[in-house]
Amino acid sequence: MDSQAIAVHGHAEEGHHEHPAYLLHHFETVEQQKAASNFGMWLFLMQELMFFGGMFMAYLVYRAWYYPAFAAASNTLNWKIGLINTIILLTSSFTMTLAVHYAEKRNAKALANAILLSIVLGVVFLGLKATEYRDKFVEHHVPGASFSIEDFVTGNGTGVPPMAADMAQHTQLYFSLYFAMTGMHALHMIIGIGILAFMWVKARAGAYTEGHTAPIDYASLYWHFVDVVWIFLFPLLYLVNRHPVH
Amino acid sequence: MANSPLHPKYEVKVSSYVLVLLALIVLSCLNTGLAFLPVGIFHPIFAVGIAVAEAMIVILFFMHIWWSSKLMKLTVAAGFFTFLVLIVMTLSDYTSRAWGLW
Repeated sequence: MDSQAIAVHGHAEEGHHEHPAYLLHHFETVEQQKAASNFGMWLFLMQELMFFGGMFMAYLVYRAWYYPAFAAASNTLNWKIGLINTIILLTSSFTMTLAVHYAEKRNAKALANAILLSIVLGVVFLGLKATEYRDKFVEHHVPGASFSIEDFVTGNGTGVPPMAADMAQHTQLYFSLYFAMTGMHALHMIIGIGILAFMWVKARAGAYTEGHTAPIDYASLYWHFVDVVWIFLFPLLYLVNRHPVH
Repeated sequence: MANSPLHPKYEVKVSSYVLVLLALIVLSCLNTGLAFLPVGIFHPIFAVGIAVAEAMIVILFFMHIWWSSKLMKLTVAAGFFTFLVLIVMTLSDYTSRAWGLW
């Protein structure tokens, strides 16, 4: 039965040919396998784009409808932490690119260090994000039963004039989207850090530097995608209206 | 190994990646600075424009699409085009449904 299975494979007449252990039997060459799996990874990322896209769409519509509430709510975020976090995440993308580079150069030590640096930067990002979330709880700016519109009807610390209570209520929509979008982004980062931690352990044992770099390539693509999402989240959530004209 | 059209070979220097990172940091700072300038209704256009430039830099150079096959370039372009369809079609509905009733 086994011999029959090999016979329908199509290459039985050539007998067993030499190929790396990581080349799966349904691919002809390593290049073909890389092209196919790279294509699959990008399809996954494009459906992730549509997943985040739904939230960006909701943000766009509500921002157009309740612009004063969005501007006031956005101004209560700390843009300095936002900018620092942006730079941290961009740098972690850079170190992840270095990981791919060193995997191809077959430099196991540099690869492990680049992955570790990406993990550390990711954790610092999440730590700063946690302090921001904490501030929102302290300020009663978390949507729900304990939400307070006081800062928005008094104009306290919002950088914009006081607004009517009904418009002030719509800041809850902004904060709902803020927590949904940054929370989903943070969840992606936590998953990414988990994947990188696994790869760091394996890289230290010498994996990925014997020619089979694909897992590092795809972890890197995922990490960059999460970075791209943040590149849009930062201006849209933190910089709505820092220069009020009225 | 042959240079397959589906998976082209390329080599990028670390110094090039450093330049890409610096460009991204400069653009992020520029975007933040711009938010404090009195550019009025043009601000969202600038903000999203700079973010799109940054995203393209990450996708082209960090995610290596610049050196990838035409199939990959088309796949990524198709993904973002589909996202634009979502935005344009939904917004055209939201802006035109109550047309003339304001």
